[in-house]
Amino acid sequence: MITIKNLHASIDGKEILRGLNLTVNAGEVHAIMGPNGAGKSTLASVLAGRDAYEITAGEVIFEGTDLLSLSTEDRAREGLFLAFQYPVEIPGVSNVNFLRTAINEIRAYKGEESLSAKDFMSLVREKSALVELDSKLASRSVNEGFSGGEKKRNEIFQMAMLAPKLAILDETDSGLDIDALRIVAKGVNQLKSPENAAIVITHYQRLLDYIVPDFVHVLYKGQIVKTGGKELALELEEKGYDWIKDAHPTV
Amino acid sequence: MANYTEENLAEELENQEYKFGFVTPIDSDTIPIGLSEDVIRLISNKKEEPLWLLEHRLHAYNVWKTMEEPKWAHVKYKKPDFQNIAYYSAPKQSKKYESWDDVDPEMKATMAKLGISMEEQQRLTGVAVDFVMDSVSVATSFKEKLGELGIIFCSFSEAVQNHPDLVRKYMGTVIPTTDNYYAALNNAVFTDGSFCYIPKGVRCPMELSTYFRINAGGTGQFERTLVVADEGSYVSYLEGCTAPQRDENQLHAAVVELIALDNAEIKYSTVQNWYPGDKNGLGGIFNFVTKRGICHTNSKISWTQVETGSAVTWKYPSCILKGDHSIGEFYSVAVTNNYQQADTGTKMIHLGKNTKSTIISKGISAGKSQNSYRGLVQIHKSAKNARNFSQCDSLLMSSECGAHTFPYIECKNSTAKIEHEATTSKIGEDQLFYCKQRGIGEEKAIGLIVNGYCKEVLNQLPMEFAVEAQKLLTISLEGSVG
Ligand SMILES: Nc1ncnc2c1ncn2[C@@H]1O[C@H](COP(=O)(O)OP(=O)(O)OP(=O)(O)O)[C@@H](O)[C@H]1O
Ligand SMILES: [Mg+2]
Repeated sequence: MITIKNLHASIDGKEILRGLNLTVNAGEVHAIMGPNGAGKSTLASVLAGRDAYEITAGEVIFEGTDLLSLSTEDRAREGLFLAFQYPVEIPGVSNVNFLRTAINEIRAYKGEESLSAKDFMSLVREKSALVELDSKLASRSVNEGFSGGEKKRNEIFQMAMLAPKLAILDETDSGLDIDALRIVAKGVNQLKSPENAAIVITHYQRLLDYIVPDFVHVLYKGQIVKTGGKELALELEEKGYDWIKDAHPTV
Repeated sequence: MANYTEENLAEELENQEYKFGFVTPIDSDTIPIGLSEDVIRLISNKKEEPLWLLEHRLHAYNVWKTMEEPKWAHVKYKKPDFQNIAYYSAPKQSKKYESWDDVDPEMKATMAKLGISMEEQQRLTGVAVDFVMDSVSVATSFKEKLGELGIIFCSFSEAVQNHPDLVRKYMGTVIPTTDNYYAALNNAVFTDGSFCYIPKGVRCPMELSTYFRINAGGTGQFERTLVVADEGSYVSYLEGCTAPQRDENQLHAAVVELIALDNAEIKYSTVQNWYPGDKNGLGGIFNFVTKRGICHTNSKISWTQVETGSAVTWKYPSCILKGDHSIGEFYSVAVTNNYQQADTGTKMIHLGKNTKSTIISKGISAGKSQNSYRGLVQIHKSAKNARNFSQCDSLLMSSECGAHTFPYIECKNSTAKIEHEATTSKIGEDQLFYCKQRGIGEEKAIGLIVNGYCKEVLNQLPMEFAVEAQKLLTISLEGSVG
C-alpha cells in the first residue's frame, strides 16, 4: 500500500521528520503512538501534501506511484484520506455540497460519471446511519459550530463516504465520549478490507481495543523507534515513554 | 431556496465552459463625438421627446458644466475625455432580426460555445422573440399577464412616448438632476433604459428582468431606470446579466430611481459583469452609477448586488426611509481581481419613525485590486426608534490586494439603535488544504469557500440569478490565490 523510506521533512527550517521508515500493506491496520511533538501530525500532513513542509530527503511509494510528486488533491483522488486532528470549518458550505463536490471530483479524475443526486443522497443516508451522524449535521455548514466530538465523527462520516484505500486518522479518538469512540471504530472497521489499510495515530490504547492494530509503532523525535504488536500499546500505557526516550537519547 | 443553490451550483460548476466575453463588430447609427447643447438637442430630437424633457436635459447639462468630478472615492483612474465620447449610438443589433434563421451563424456558434441558453442568445441578438417557436408562448403570455394587471414594463423611451405623465411625475424625484457629477451628466445625455410601474395593490407575479423586455435595445452608456411601485404593490426587478459584457464605451454612468409608495415593496437585484480590463489592468469599463430609492410609509426597498466586473466601480445603492415604519436593505458582494478597483456601499437615510435598515456587505479582493466599502447611516432628528444593523466583511485572496471600510454614522436621535460589525480575513490555507485533501481542486475549492462566504447575500437573489451568480464568482476568481 505505502512504503516510506528515510523520510526527512522540515518546516520553517526546523527538521521534524528525521529519516522515518514505515511500510503498510493492504489489509493492515497500523497504530502510531508517541509523545507530544514527536512528529505524528507532521507525518500525516506530509503524506497528505501540505505545502508548508519541505521534504529534504526520502521517498514515499503509494500503490506503486511516487506519492510526493502528486498534488494534494491527486493524492486524495488516488485514495489517500486524512481524518484531521483539528477539522476545519467552512462557513456557508453544507457538508452535503462539500462531499458531493469531492466525490464528483474524484470520480471525474477516474474518468467516471458524476453520481446522480439520488444515488448521492442514498449514500449519505447509508453512511450517516453507519456513523450515527445526526442527519441535521449532514446539511449544516462543514464543521461550523460542531462540537469537538461532532467534528471527529464528521471526519469518519466523510471517510465512509469517500471510501479511501488508505485512511490516516490523526487522534480521531481524542475528545470523544465512549459511545462516539465505539462508533468511530465501527466506521473504521467497516472500511477494513483486504484491499484497504489504515494508519491510526492515537495516544490511548483504549481505541485499540476497538480497532485492533496489526502493528504498533512508536514515533519519537521524527523517527519510528520501536515497532511491536498490539501488546506494545498496553506496555506504553503502563510504562509511559520514558523508557523509550532513555533508549534513544540522541535521535 | 437555501437547499437548491448549493446543490445546483455543484452540478453547474461541473460544466464550467463559461468563459470570457465575445465581441461582435456591429454597425451602428452614431452621431459625431463631443458634447454640446446641439448634441443634446439632437439626441432629444432623434428620440422625438417632449419639450419638457429637452429642457430637463439642457438644465442638467448647464449645471454639469459647472460641477467637478468627485474625488473622495478610493479609486484612481484617468479622467474620461467627455469630448471624445459619442453620446448617441443606436446599434444595428437592436434592430430585430426577422427570424432566428437570419442571425449570423458565426454569432450563434460563439454564443453556443459560451453556454448561453437559447433564449438568452435570442435576446442578445435581438431576435423578435415572437417569431421564435420556443419563446412565443413565454413572451406572449408574459406580456398578456402583465397587461391584464395594468403593469407597465417597457423601455424608458417608450415610456416617455406612451406614459409621459407618469415619467414626468416621478423622474428626478429621488435623485435630483444635479445630485452629483455623473448623475447630472446622465440627466443631460441618457439615451435609454427601463421603466416599470406597478399599479396599486398589484403583486407582480413574476420577476421582471430586461431578459423578457421585448423591444429593448442594448443597455447604452447612460442608462436610465425608473421603477414605481404604487401603494400596496410588490415587484422583484432584475438588472444585468451574468454573461460577460464587453462594451466599446469606457464610461458608464447610469441612474436608477426606485419609488415605493405606501405599503409597497421593491426588490431590486443586480449582477454587474462589465469587462474588467485585462490581467495587466488595461482597458475595462468605468462604472459610475447613481442608484437610490425612496420608501414611503410602511414600505420596503431591498437592493441586492453582485459586482464582479468593471475596471473601476463607484456605486452606492441607497434608501431614503421617508415614511414611518419603512425598511431599507442592502446586500452586496463585490469581487475585485487583477487591477480592478471598487468603491461601493450604501446610504441609509432614516427620516421616518421606526424605520429599519440592514446592510450586509461582502468584499472579496484578489490580485492587486482595491476593494472599498463606503457606507453612511444617517439618523435624522425625526427618526424616532430607528434601527440599523451593518455587517461588512472583507476577504483577501492575495497579499497584494487591498480591502478598506469607510463606515460613517450620523445620528441625531438618541432613541436610535445602531449596530456595526466588521471582519477582515484572508482565505484560509487550512480551508484550502482541507478541501484539497478531500480531492477538490484549487479552483473549485475557492469557489466553494467564496460562495459559502457570500451565502447570506446570494440567498437574497431570485433562484436563476443566484445559480449564475455563484458560477460567476468562481470564474471571476480563477487563478487568484497567491
Ligand atoms: N511552523 C512550525 N515551525 C516550527 N516548528 C513547528 C511548526 N509546526 C510544527 N512544529 C513543531 O513540529 C513538532 C511536531 O509537531 P506535530 O504536530 O507533528 O506533533 P505530534 O506528534 O502530532 O504531537 P501531538 O501528540 O501533540 O499531536 C512540534 O515540536 C511542533 O512544535
Ligand atoms: Mg498531532
